[in-house]
Amino acid sequence: MMDILNILLSESFWAASLRIATPLIFGVLGALICERAGVLNLGIEGIFVVGAMCGWMAVWLGAGLWGGVLIAALAGAFFGLLHAILTVPLGLSQHVSGLGITLFATSVSYFSYRTALPNVSSPPRIEPFQPLDVPILSDLPFFGPVLFQQTALTWLALAMVALVWYVMNRSSLGVALKAVGDNPDSVDAQGLSVYALRMGAIVAGSALMALGGAFLTMSAFDAFFFGMVNGRGWVCIALVIFASWRPGKALLGALLFGAFDALQVRLQTEMGALVPGQIFLMAPYILSIIALVIAARSADYPRALLTPWFKGQR
Amino acid sequence: MIRIEPRNTSSRAYAVGIPVLSACLALALAAIPLLLAGANPITAYGEMIKGVFGSVFAISEMLTRATPLIFTGLAAALAFRAKLWNIGAEGQLYLGAMAAVAIGSGVLDLPGLALIPLIIILGAAAGAAGMAVPTFLKTRFGADEVVTTLLLNFVILIFLQMMLEGPLQDPMGLGWPQSAPVLDQGMLPPLMERMRVHSGLIIALIAAGIAQFMLARSVWGFKLRAVGENAAAARHAGINVKRSLFGVAIISGGLAGLAGVSEVAGLKGYLTADLSPGFGYTGIVVAMLAGLSPAGVVIAALFIASVFVGADSMSRAMGVSSFLADLVVSMSLLCVLVGGFVAKYRIIRTNRGQATS
Repeated sequence: MMDILNILLSESFWAASLRIATPLIFGVLGALICERAGVLNLGIEGIFVVGAMCGWMAVWLGAGLWGGVLIAALAGAFFGLLHAILTVPLGLSQHVSGLGITLFATSVSYFSYRTALPNVSSPPRIEPFQPLDVPILSDLPFFGPVLFQQTALTWLALAMVALVWYVMNRSSLGVALKAVGDNPDSVDAQGLSVYALRMGAIVAGSALMALGGAFLTMSAFDAFFFGMVNGRGWVCIALVIFASWRPGKALLGALLFGAFDALQVRLQTEMGALVPGQIFLMAPYILSIIALVIAARSADYPRALLTPWFKGQR
Repeated sequence: MIRIEPRNTSSRAYAVGIPVLSACLALALAAIPLLLAGANPITAYGEMIKGVFGSVFAISEMLTRATPLIFTGLAAALAFRAKLWNIGAEGQLYLGAMAAVAIGSGVLDLPGLALIPLIIILGAAAGAAGMAVPTFLKTRFGADEVVTTLLLNFVILIFLQMMLEGPLQDPMGLGWPQSAPVLDQGMLPPLMERMRVHSGLIIALIAAGIAQFMLARSVWGFKLRAVGENAAAARHAGINVKRSLFGVAIISGGLAGLAGVSEVAGLKGYLTADLSPGFGYTGIVVAMLAGLSPAGVVIAALFIASVFVGADSMSRAMGVSSFLADLVVSMSLLCVLVGGFVAKYRIIRTNRGQATS
């Protein structure tokens, strides 16, 4: 028990929690925007892979770190557009289209990586984002290491929470976006384009998801590996239900997940001799399932989620 | 203005033609990545065809590859018919494989005639249990089965690693994370001398036949289709929707479990954590290409298996990454989706203002 308390009180634990939460923050926000507009985006897992691969590849080819971030976002937006075309004007199954996008985006990424680097034994490394190390602030006790020694992408993720919250709750775009996911007919009656709102939301959401992937290769690690996304996208889909489609709760959910993941890694090293390590590795996925089961009862799904809408048909 | 309206007639020609065209289109589109990789597409297609149909060995390899895909394709097709989104076939496959080696690698020294059916039944039961859990979470708590089955895939894979380093580890295996081999008499017999194709294929074909018959002709199949088309109406008509969902969940999970049994007890002989290169996920593509028809699943599995075996052989001959196969598979899924739209709707050009008539 003392051990767990010691872990929970340490700065490095909370710094790690925020670091682990960062890609999930991007992912949950992206999924939240899509679903608020009425479209489930199961392409998320593949879009994470594309973001991770494109961001890394761009930097490796000399685009610079922020150039890599931009290219990752554009690549995510491209696959988002594909999902948007299939699910919005064509109104095809959001489940199947999303899984198709995941398979397609993943195989495009893997094929491109293998084609660009046919015979490498160890993946080439890039110089990733470094901790910001803000003067004075990063020397603060506790908050210094936890908040002010993170990389720029973590700060970008936190800024995105604020931005998405603002757009959703304080702007007319947010009102329209939520309406299009609840009652597209009313949006159409207002003279707004249901198609444009939904497609725009999917493209923007997918760009955010790709940033989650880019964080993995450009901040958490410094190289691209096959299988590195490892279900993070699916975890985001569970967390967005847990967060009841609210940006603030999305941040909270991602942080809780990050804290839990950081805790299991530390417990694994402390208790590794007593219990097989895999018990701890399983825990985050099981936690996501439990969170989903708890949240599902009271989940207030966007009412038009999964329902395609065609102009002129009621 | 453009207007979309449903076609009144759904013709049989579309049902067969669209998937075939989609598959061909996806193969043709593969020329783009082939060119980008610096390969001559014509030569590459030639190598692929040679790799699949060039010899008896090649055909045997293709059939071997198709066997697990028929099982996972059926698993997805039946579940999707009831709108039960089982994306967990990958995990259920490993549950079936674990049951097969747990029972088949020496715990019970039974004669083959008893051991093989036991392995098959327990493997299917393990897979079925793997799908019963998320179905329970869905019907009892309303937890979306897409997410739970996807996440359970990761849980089961980690559980598998734990078992392969623990209770299921081969004591003679020099510490490698692999299981002890299935007893000789527990192995599904091969179909041809010196070839890898095994009688798991026969079981898969029988399963497809039964599934086709049950879906089209039985009361069970009728209820399943009714639940899938409109659960509320089915409930109103007195169908026990929960029971129907559990029924299809158990059969779907069981079929995915059989894919694992057939890979372990038909092909590999022992279990490692890389038994399946994503057969569970590829099964979804098989099912969609098949238009969710069990008979179609067999054809679609043969096609997808040809793509994988052909791409492997082309990759060895020309040095193009074999991830090309995954590209073709994913593109054929997207093509068949769009094709399904073309079959269902027609796009009509109208004059402005008349669109809402």
